[in-house]
Amino acid sequence: MFDQKTIEMLLIGIKDTLYMTIVSTFFGYVLGLPFGIVLNVTRKKGLHPNRVIYGIGDFVCNIVRSIPFLILLILLIPFTRFVVGKSYGSTATIVPLVICSAPYIARVVESSLNEVDEGVIEAAKAMGAGTWQIIFKVLLVEARVSLFTGAVITTGLLLGYSAMSGTVGGGGLGDIAVRYGYYRWQADIMIVTVVLLIIIFQVIQNVGMHFSTRIDHRKK
Amino acid sequence: MSTEKEILKVEHIYKKFEDLSVLEDISLTVHEGEIIVIVGPSGCGKSTFLRCLNGLEETSEGHIFLDGEAVNPLSKNITAIRQKIGMVFQSYDLFPHKTILENVIMAPVLVQKRKKDEVKAEALKLLERVGLSSKINNFPRQLSGGQKQRVAIVRALIMHPEVLLFDEVTAALDPEMVREVLDVMLDLAKQKRTMLIVTHEMAFARAVADRVIFLDGGHIVEDSDPKQFFDSPRTERARKFLSTFEFEEK
Repeated sequence: MFDQKTIEMLLIGIKDTLYMTIVSTFFGYVLGLPFGIVLNVTRKKGLHPNRVIYGIGDFVCNIVRSIPFLILLILLIPFTRFVVGKSYGSTATIVPLVICSAPYIARVVESSLNEVDEGVIEAAKAMGAGTWQIIFKVLLVEARVSLFTGAVITTGLLLGYSAMSGTVGGGGLGDIAVRYGYYRWQADIMIVTVVLLIIIFQVIQNVGMHFSTRIDHRKK
Repeated sequence: MSTEKEILKVEHIYKKFEDLSVLEDISLTVHEGEIIVIVGPSGCGKSTFLRCLNGLEETSEGHIFLDGEAVNPLSKNITAIRQKIGMVFQSYDLFPHKTILENVIMAPVLVQKRKKDEVKAEALKLLERVGLSSKINNFPRQLSGGQKQRVAIVRALIMHPEVLLFDEVTAALDPEMVREVLDVMLDLAKQKRTMLIVTHEMAFARAVADRVIFLDGGHIVEDSDPKQFFDSPRTERARKFLSTFEFEEK
């Protein structure tokens, strides 16, 4: 149905899409995980309530999250150019993806940690565990199913966002869909990219959920 | 008892939650090996009092000393003090994602920096003593309430605390499981452990206590030996409280 060139292009598209999704999820967590921990620890019922730190974190989180990704993508072009040297292509897309996902991830992490039973945290406190010990050995361990599920959902979200970056020359399957489907009216290629995106999404979601049930010791 | 060493000293503590006064002018001295049972109607401040003792709750006024060291949740050495006070909660609060053995050895290894092998050996011995050797690789959800509570007691004991606090540890259990937990506590009583026990199990209280403290409305209303308290309480309030546990035959 497609010639060799088109198939190659689609394969590169898949590779680029996975590259953007995985790398940006990773760096999103590098920023978002500590951010989320800070939000959890400084909240009113946290280990070290601090209204100022929580207030600032909360505010920053909401501001970034309220900017639509497409606009953030354009807003961040100068910064992206500064970081990776150019503003187009899949590597460049990772920058806005990370900036956009970090506060989202922080929220997801915060709410996962908030779910950890207070009694369990109190038990750890009563045994003389310090704040860092509670964070790393109790909070993160006990919230792991929820944290992992959150990561799966985030990866799915970034897969979608990476495709959106195709509108401004981002690379990957989204880029192909926009170029062929929107500019050239080649619906067949666009449909194939959409199907590929759906398959990738399904794989991420199902594999993720499979592992999340395997690490859950709370119920049968 | 008074010849024994003083372990815990509580001096005129008050606790207020915003406008609500929960504890008012509580003073108490606990000697080594003493078993104090605290009884009283719900909402009388029993749990809050226990939680103040290891700094889980900050007192509004007054002082608490463990071995002469002030217990203050905001001070740096609070983690060191808490290691000397074991606490067992009504809701067990085992770590759901850790096995029974991991639950027991976590704090000694992580907090007290003891050698894992040594801690493990002790954990196995203690778990055997409470009849749970076969459960070491299980997760908390696979255990009954009574079993979980026995694990929680072992988890407190392995820290080698000087004082043990029990906060209504049988209140959430089915009746047939209450006994197995109380038996473990009786065993600890025989070992002359220093314990403060909040409970509604009056027969147990009578059997195990050196002193019974009756709290009501945030005050210590009575502080007497169990025989005196259960047979001829000095106050009307205590008498009324005790009568709620009795039933007349038809």
